[in-house]
Amino acid sequence: MSQVQTPQAVASGVLAAKPSAGARRYKFRKAITPYSFLLPYFLVTFVFFLYPLLYATILSFHMTSGPGVRRFVGLDNFAFVLADPDFHRALYNTAFFAVCSLLIQLPLSFGLAMLLNSGKSRLKGFFRLAIFAPNLVGQVFVAILFTMLFTPRYGLFNRIVHILTGFGLEQRWLTDPRWVMPAVVIAALWLYVGFNMIYFLAALQNVSRDLVEAAWIDGAGPWGVFWNVTRPAVTPVATFVVVVSSIGSFQLFELPYVLLQGYGPKNSGLTIVGYLYSNAFENGDLGTAAAVGWLLTLIILTISLIQIKLSGTMENDG
Amino acid sequence: MNALQIVLLIIATVFPIMWLVRRKWGWTYARWAGLILAAIIMTLPFVWLFCAAFKDKTVLNEYMFLPSIDRLSPETVNLDNFIELFSAKQTVSGKVSFWRYFANSLFLASTTTFISMVFCSMGGYALAKYRFRGRHAILGFMLASLTIPGVVLLAPNFEIIYQLGWMDKYRALIVPGAASAFGIFLFRQALLNVPADLIEAGRIDGCSEFRIYLQLAMPLVRPMTGAFCLITFLAQWNSFLAPNIFLQSQEKLTLPVVLNQYIGEYAQQYGVFLAGTLVAIIPPAILFLALQREFISGLTSGAVKQ
Repeated sequence: MSQVQTPQAVASGVLAAKPSAGARRYKFRKAITPYSFLLPYFLVTFVFFLYPLLYATILSFHMTSGPGVRRFVGLDNFAFVLADPDFHRALYNTAFFAVCSLLIQLPLSFGLAMLLNSGKSRLKGFFRLAIFAPNLVGQVFVAILFTMLFTPRYGLFNRIVHILTGFGLEQRWLTDPRWVMPAVVIAALWLYVGFNMIYFLAALQNVSRDLVEAAWIDGAGPWGVFWNVTRPAVTPVATFVVVVSSIGSFQLFELPYVLLQGYGPKNSGLTIVGYLYSNAFENGDLGTAAAVGWLLTLIILTISLIQIKLSGTMENDG
Repeated sequence: MNALQIVLLIIATVFPIMWLVRRKWGWTYARWAGLILAAIIMTLPFVWLFCAAFKDKTVLNEYMFLPSIDRLSPETVNLDNFIELFSAKQTVSGKVSFWRYFANSLFLASTTTFISMVFCSMGGYALAKYRFRGRHAILGFMLASLTIPGVVLLAPNFEIIYQLGWMDKYRALIVPGAASAFGIFLFRQALLNVPADLIEAGRIDGCSEFRIYLQLAMPLVRPMTGAFCLITFLAQWNSFLAPNIFLQSQEKLTLPVVLNQYIGEYAQQYGVFLAGTLVAIIPPAILFLALQREFISGLTSGAVKQ
């Protein structure tokens, strides 16, 4: 039985027999190459992620006033935050925003994606661009734009609502506590409806055309096709969008902060991150801010897990 | 009844008529009507912004969009807002022109984009194309770290930046995000498709490992790179929270922070900061039009399996 030696085998045999200094250096260099490629990540992650994460934990058990001055207080920061009526307000506002995003924004995004999905390619690009456009400018610029659109009597939004319904011309969106959060929801709707639509559109493009046609031939109506063919294909992406959009909603800050130039009358536009920001950078209390950060993480993780779990059980039913 | 209500009513009544004549016509009509309506609603604020930026401050509130034809004159539509915007203004740190903020934003966004493109693609390449001890652990750690919201790190990072003496320096904004787990993961997914034979061929020809990464692997993931650059550029261009905290000197501020200041300063003359907003959305718009295709595929690459 003759053995044919491949060049690699010959080479490794030579290396094994006589590990010269050059070969050893070569082996060492080869072994550390992937780590050196990852070196920037290790450094940045250690200094600006792992260490701060540990530090946030330590901070959350301390009372601080500005950088450098602190005293251990145990769980007092958490107790203070959980009992603070401002935090309750922030929690309520943020939850209101998240629920509105889920119930208004995502169905609209999906509807637009359905409308767009079967269009001709060239016009499709145009409509996709038009609906996606607000995302290019981000939360701050959208907030700046909407401070003007919501102006009583002269703002574009008030004028159009007035023309359509006969009411609302003098509506004080940004100074009436009852209407502050709805105003934020409207601005966010305009901003994010196109963003989520892109995801649904990508999912819809993965729906098999053959399967749709087969369902039509078998006599399924539009509803039947949607429920039995489109829905199962879109469910994974829909779960992803729901989770990502909830996580994003719970971190809402810049849009209301710029739109209201602060937190709104009677804190009516205060969000959880806004509460964190005001504690950390307006009161200089980094300890309380770190505690709020951990509470927010807990909320986000819980909600994401529940959503992923729910979508899993729904899939099993269908 | 006014004109707008009548138009909407007509659009709504045509649908059942079409639908009764032929189902298919009805649905096609509804689709187009819905799309056109949505496109109008989405673009209207931009049209309004464009008109407001060119209107004179005396007629700013008088017309919804541009003045009527018979009142169209240099007194109602002119460049005054832009002239006021770009004139150098006295601030605590001397005269600063709007161009300065524009240049700051451009510099910061491009530098961040370039640095994180290099670092993230390097990390992604290592995780995609090398088998080494601990790579599963690193990947798992990265995915876990994505679940921690960034704001948790805000307070401790403020102290760290302060201790490092990086307050009021651009590196406070560039370095912390220079090698994000999100970016490395995106590049890893794209680089997995680079054929191992190609890399092996490069090695046999005597390329250094870095040259294989740069000249053989990276050209193959150009679409992903385009998408990543656009996402990073937009995020930094629109970023407000971090610059607002870490930058202090007026002449170092970026556009979102300055335009937020202008809301208070130009409350009575808001055409000026709307002109500023219009100028500020030009660079992202140009970049998006250039990279639209890559952007959409990159955006959805994490969520949709092909």
